Amino acid sequence: MRKFVTEKGLVLPLDRANVDTDYIIPKQFLKSIKRTGFGKNLFDEARYLDKGLPDQECTGRPLNPDFVANQPRYKGASILLARENFGCGSSREHAPWALDDYGIRCIIAPSYADIFFNNCVKNGILLIVLDEKIVDQMFRETEATPGYTLSVDLAAQTLTKSDGSVIKFDVETSRKHILLNGLDDIGLTMQHADAIKTFEQQHQLKAPWLFG
Amino acid sequence: MASMTLYDKLWNSHLVRELDNGTSLIYIDLHFLHEVTSPQAFEGLRLASRKPWRAKANMATPDHNVPTTTSERSRGVEGIVDPVSRIQVKFLDDNCKEFGIEEFEIDDHRHGIVHVIGPEQGRTLPGMTIVCGDSHTSTHGALGSLAHGIGTSEVEHVLATQCLVQKKARNMLVKVNGSLKPGVTAKDVILAIIGKIGTAGGTGYTIEFGGDVIKSLSVEGRMTVCNMAIEAGARAGLVAVDEKTISYLHGRPFAPKGAQWEQAAAYWRTLVSDADASFDAVVELEGGDIVPQVSWGTSPEMVAPVTGHVPDPASASSEAKKGNYQQALKYMGLSAGTPIQQIKLDRVFIGSCTNSRIEDLRAAAAVVKGRTVAANIKEALVVPGSGLVKAQAEKEGLDQVFKAAGLQWREPGCSMCLAMNADQLEPGEHCASTSNRNFEGRQGFGGRTHLVSPAMAAAAAVFGHFVDIRDVKLL
Repeated sequence: MRKFVTEKGLVLPLDRANVDTDYIIPKQFLKSIKRTGFGKNLFDEARYLDKGLPDQECTGRPLNPDFVANQPRYKGASILLARENFGCGSSREHAPWALDDYGIRCIIAPSYADIFFNNCVKNGILLIVLDEKIVDQMFRETEATPGYTLSVDLAAQTLTKSDGSVIKFDVETSRKHILLNGLDDIGLTMQHADAIKTFEQQHQLKAPWLFG
Repeated sequence: MASMTLYDKLWNSHLVRELDNGTSLIYIDLHFLHEVTSPQAFEGLRLASRKPWRAKANMATPDHNVPTTTSERSRGVEGIVDPVSRIQVKFLDDNCKEFGIEEFEIDDHRHGIVHVIGPEQGRTLPGMTIVCGDSHTSTHGALGSLAHGIGTSEVEHVLATQCLVQKKARNMLVKVNGSLKPGVTAKDVILAIIGKIGTAGGTGYTIEFGGDVIKSLSVEGRMTVCNMAIEAGARAGLVAVDEKTISYLHGRPFAPKGAQWEQAAAYWRTLVSDADASFDAVVELEGGDIVPQVSWGTSPEMVAPVTGHVPDPASASSEAKKGNYQQALKYMGLSAGTPIQQIKLDRVFIGSCTNSRIEDLRAAAAVVKGRTVAANIKEALVVPGSGLVKAQAEKEGLDQVFKAAGLQWREPGCSMCLAMNADQLEPGEHCASTSNRNFEGRQGFGGRTHLVSPAMAAAAAVFGHFVDIRDVKLL
């Protein structure tokens, strides 16, 4: 898995609560059997005015001028600023795949849905939780300041604004460790293979019907 | 020993090892797979030269993408007209063969929506840990199993290790007291719960549903409730095991038999929260207060009683909520104050892992019997949850009731719940749907979903608008 250590980038403000994974990547693109190529369909229904189809070339499609990510000033953003309960709904990992493929490395929001949160960690995307008031303030600053960037330092757990002011954030130690080192989860779990086998044998003795 | 909740018991009995940093390695008893969230996981196994840890702990079926018309289905996988969907379904078949995983293929008479066939086959058993790359895996918690959705990376992780690295959730009890009034169903109960606690109300919790109302529900009704735990933000929902659970499972194909059945059933009876177990949060509702529910907005928490009105954003409890309401009304093409029963409808969908079981179809058929679909309804689909549900319904003549009333009787699959196949809404259309999500575009680009119970959807089909099912006489 790709590491997440630091990221300095342009901030894209998506001012909408309860953004669901259907909104992040609509279902027709879930027919793909690959992990890549979803970026052009990120936020498809909000981003384009027409209905998107799988495997469609997107460069000529009509853009929705009212959608924030279509404003030239946010082109190339790598940090997404979002509202509460971001990523609710379906468990589709295509959502973090689409964000990642688009270039988003880090998301800042007051809260996230659980499954989405896990799926992002598995893809090296850092999710930062900040108090709603701080997020509110960041929305105001981003919208008022073209070229608004932030620097994220995961090891130090800091967000630094361009004026030099610093905001600390919390992150679970296990997730921090995995992200900083880009660890392969399966490889890590396989280190416990003997414990799993022992558990399995005892489990079978207690509940043999599960192993019929 | 300290008293424990049902969730604590299920967690403890699957704890392989506590890891550093507050996470734990949890053993997974059963893993369901479908065509949409598994291809990249199988590819990952191949690239790393890994094999499934225990192939028999997995079961697969294609459901999200499959067509539901008899003409397409009569030719099996080759009959799928959409080439992209066909490849994905074939890929599941090929992967299951390569890795030795049992699959109910598209033309198997037991095929269906994964969350319908698991319990139906007795694959889902109390006390199990169950995962699937689908958020509605919470359904299986209705049988006292710890079940939740996972992403594709975790699908690969479970295939390779039979475990997941997890952080324990907190315990929430949602207690529905008293009894339901006639016409009020499990679907109305869960919509009312989500309306009360919100779509993030259960985030970070496992919700146990209890109280007299939950006890009085059938096992299928409990599945409807647990199915939508994720719509309240909780990955897993649970109902304690009782004699209904045990008799539901008796004799099912994969349920234990003989002496093992007795041994299993004795254990299952212990799968209840201890009387003095403590919960981190408790929410109570009065069953008798619940009125048939209709969602009016673009989030499952945006619900109103069928006797109510589309709310005024000005009445929202916060500025943020006010914005959400305005956005939802704009998308739904509705204005504040419109009576729910005056919302114009174009289509009806009866199906999905929430409401496509035999009891759901019986409830819907009872309402449409002797009536016909209203002129303004362009299409009303009935999509049974599995081949066996379909066969049972046909045995009871329900298919004839639906067809006589002008509804379409389809082949099993997820269908218009997520509209990955051809069953979709057109932009601007309003649909009375027994599914679980009313997000923007969920049932088709620009489509507008109203979540309701099967009886309410059936009534909407024949009256052409929402009606209070409590006022509808069965013919």
